[in-house]
Amino acid sequence: MAVKTEELVLNMGPQHPSTHGVLRLELELEGELVKSVKPHIGYLHRCFEKHAEAMTYPQIIPYTDRMDYLASMYNNFGYALAVEKLMDIEVPERVEYIRVIMGELQRIASHLVAIGTYGLDIGAFTPFLYLFRDREKILSLFEMTCGARLLYNYIWVGGVSHDLHPDFLRLTKEFIEYFRPNVDEINNLLTFNKIFIERTANVGVLPLDTAINYGMTGPNLRASGLKFDLRKDDPYSIYDKFDFDIPVGEGMVGTVGDCWDRYFVRVLELEQSLKIIEQAIEQIPDGDVTAAIPKRVKPPKGSIYTRVENPKGELGYFIISDGGLNPVRVKVRAPSFVALSVMDELCKGALVADVVAILGSIDIVLGEVDR
Amino acid sequence: MRTPEEIYEMLKNQFSDSILEFESELPVEKFINVSPSQIHSVSKYLKDHLDLQFDCLMCLSGTDDNNDEKTTDEDGNETVVPGTLSVYYNLHSIKYNHKVNLRVKVQKDKPEVESVENIWKTANWHEREAFDMIGIKFLNHPDLRRILMPEDWEEGSHPLRKDYENPEFYQGMKVPY
Amino acid sequence: MQDFLIELIGNEILALVIASALPLAFIVPFVIIAVWLERKVSAHMQDRLGPMRVGWHGLLQTVADFFKLIQKEDITPSLVDKKLFNIAPVIVFIGSYAVFAALPFTSTYIGMSLDLGLLYIIAVSGIVVAGILMAGWASNNKYSLLGSMRSAAQIVSYEIPTAIVILSLVMFTGTLSLSEMTELQTAYFWNWNILGGAEWNLAKFLIIPFMLIAFIIFYVSSLAEVNRTPFDMPEAESELVGGYHTEYSGMKFAMFFLAEYANMFAVSAIASVIFFGGYHSPIGYLGDLFGIEALIPFEQLFWFASKGIFFVFVQMWLRWTLPRVRVDQLMTICWKYLIPFSIVNLIIIGIITLI
Repeated sequence: MAVKTEELVLNMGPQHPSTHGVLRLELELEGELVKSVKPHIGYLHRCFEKHAEAMTYPQIIPYTDRMDYLASMYNNFGYALAVEKLMDIEVPERVEYIRVIMGELQRIASHLVAIGTYGLDIGAFTPFLYLFRDREKILSLFEMTCGARLLYNYIWVGGVSHDLHPDFLRLTKEFIEYFRPNVDEINNLLTFNKIFIERTANVGVLPLDTAINYGMTGPNLRASGLKFDLRKDDPYSIYDKFDFDIPVGEGMVGTVGDCWDRYFVRVLELEQSLKIIEQAIEQIPDGDVTAAIPKRVKPPKGSIYTRVENPKGELGYFIISDGGLNPVRVKVRAPSFVALSVMDELCKGALVADVVAILGSIDIVLGEVDR
Repeated sequence: MRTPEEIYEMLKNQFSDSILEFESELPVEKFINVSPSQIHSVSKYLKDHLDLQFDCLMCLSGTDDNNDEKTTDEDGNETVVPGTLSVYYNLHSIKYNHKVNLRVKVQKDKPEVESVENIWKTANWHEREAFDMIGIKFLNHPDLRRILMPEDWEEGSHPLRKDYENPEFYQGMKVPY
Repeated sequence: MQDFLIELIGNEILALVIASALPLAFIVPFVIIAVWLERKVSAHMQDRLGPMRVGWHGLLQTVADFFKLIQKEDITPSLVDKKLFNIAPVIVFIGSYAVFAALPFTSTYIGMSLDLGLLYIIAVSGIVVAGILMAGWASNNKYSLLGSMRSAAQIVSYEIPTAIVILSLVMFTGTLSLSEMTELQTAYFWNWNILGGAEWNLAKFLIIPFMLIAFIIFYVSSLAEVNRTPFDMPEAESELVGGYHTEYSGMKFAMFFLAEYANMFAVSAIASVIFFGGYHSPIGYLGDLFGIEALIPFEQLFWFASKGIFFVFVQMWLRWTLPRVRVDQLMTICWKYLIPFSIVNLIIIGIITLI
């Protein structure tokens, strides 16, 4: 007589150390093998889109900060670009350079958190704190520029709120000098650690066609082997002026598109961002950063979808204007939101420990998933 | 690389005119209006056609078009003629690097649109969100549940509708606290 | 030891109580220092300071934490199996405490000088598994259950390589008694088992590499047995929240905590006894030098504790450096690598001992 067996339903989160915020995953287990994953989101839903309908265009910017709170600068950036495109505003060149420098610093900061917390998920505590030490330095640079360390409200429609601090460029250069060797430190400490590779290589493999079909973007898509970066393939701002590479997953220690690749693409991107910042510091012109800020932001009737390469992937703003002071609709295409929907596909047949590894590798921020 | 106009021409040759409409008078982005019952076949065509290959659904947004018509008769009674809801699809082809925007308009009292979930998996969650927030029902969607709002949120109450009003109670708790 | 106490006090029961409570006088201060050390070690490895406020460099932080823990409400969740839930921490603690009975702290103090000391230690440390399983089951929490299942599988599996290594040492020294094994290694480090024991012959030099392998196998599997990183599956924080002690709070949690650190010291102590001369000084005794006999036991206690604490430090070092392996990989390491290697090693050590 066969023994009657039942699947174990394990509820992971919303209070769980590795769900990167308040995410609830409903795991259906057979022993320790995962049969299906059902993500439940919405615990951090702060009605961004509803709020946006009642705000004027500049008032929305602080709200965009709070979506992907690890990459606030880039959220401002994307939003400002969308409204500028809608209103057809030409921003001064200096502003473009400042935005790119800020954006790339933010990318480094965001990737540092992603890499560090990923180590934490795998059980390595120490790299996390090393990376946070470096991130603090970037946050200090931001603080010096706009007074805030996490939620900046810095990039405005048509410009930026303040010009750079006189020491900013020098200190940024110093930071680059300081930070560059630390990338090797990360690699020695974590990336090429045998246990780390064992845990992440060949785990959660995302084939390219699945990745595209699920709308994965950013490092997650590149790790699956597609050289696609909006900064190169759909250039916005002044990214076409810089020379940088797009790292893609190569399956160096496992299969293309596994957790290790997704992790390593982020590590490689640190170097590319440093390269962009260096070039931008060399070329930055003088100018008035607030000159093009419109007195009244009142875009014409119409709709626009603008996308930028946020550290997590493609951040899109879909804005519909009826010609008034408030938008009719602001929809955010959040990269984490889209990336999270692939969880079920990735986790089938994995172990419980792998779920943590996979969730960490797609690098989600719940503030952005729930908005 | 094809412009939206060319894509519109191609679609017009494939499908009858009645389901399509090109909207280009707006200053910023052009889009093609598609009838709700045909969006699936149009999407499939756009994705599978070798010269188009729209393999990436960048964004899918549901909106309330804010066009309810209110009329007040002599006695002061208001009658509301419900307006329309829309779903916007922003498509992109990685291979050809071209984009096209589609729009589906439905009446508020019968907001039913065909799902494109089995063409682009991205649509799964985005459609759930549009359902949750705007109340558009996607036909043939495998798992149409609320996504951001609590699962037990009041039936038929969709926060992003322009005529939405905060409920007084949620599960016995007073809402405006 | 008991005989001495019975003579001293004259009451057998009282003497036994005192004798059995004595290791506690060692464990509690040790845990206090070890927890502080763990924090400091991790902090300094991670470029931060760690506790600094309570006492000199936060030395009294653990004491403060301990007081916090005993003040806490002892929560028993409503749906747990109350009997098992309350017994489990006690059993886990007994399991690790009983080990201390057979440890030779000095040549004059050993809780119970058993002829079968090593066998006894292997046996009683098995009790811990029962306690952990009870805790996981009784908690009525899926995470706890998964954690305790993992833990049981892990500890049972890793006892095999541990036992085989101990067996090879037993073959080599010809004794199961820990105090006898320590005595055989005498003072001075070149007489330690890891360096081929006290007898000067060809076998001593032949055996050194195999002793090293045996030590590595022993240390790795002992890490797994006390659930330390990289083998801390049962309480894998990022996966299973707290593992089997998720639902525990207050004193019961403190019991698990105490048992964990006691265990860490116990395995380190065993490693030092069977490989590194136990309580013997590596460089001779001051007591011998100055002719003060009474000094020697204290020196021995010092060496015993420092060797133990050194290995505890290595455990911490590993914990804050390495990521965690996965359950199946953990089993692979044990069954595919450690056990075959330890068996081959056993055979080789046996052959060398014979010639």
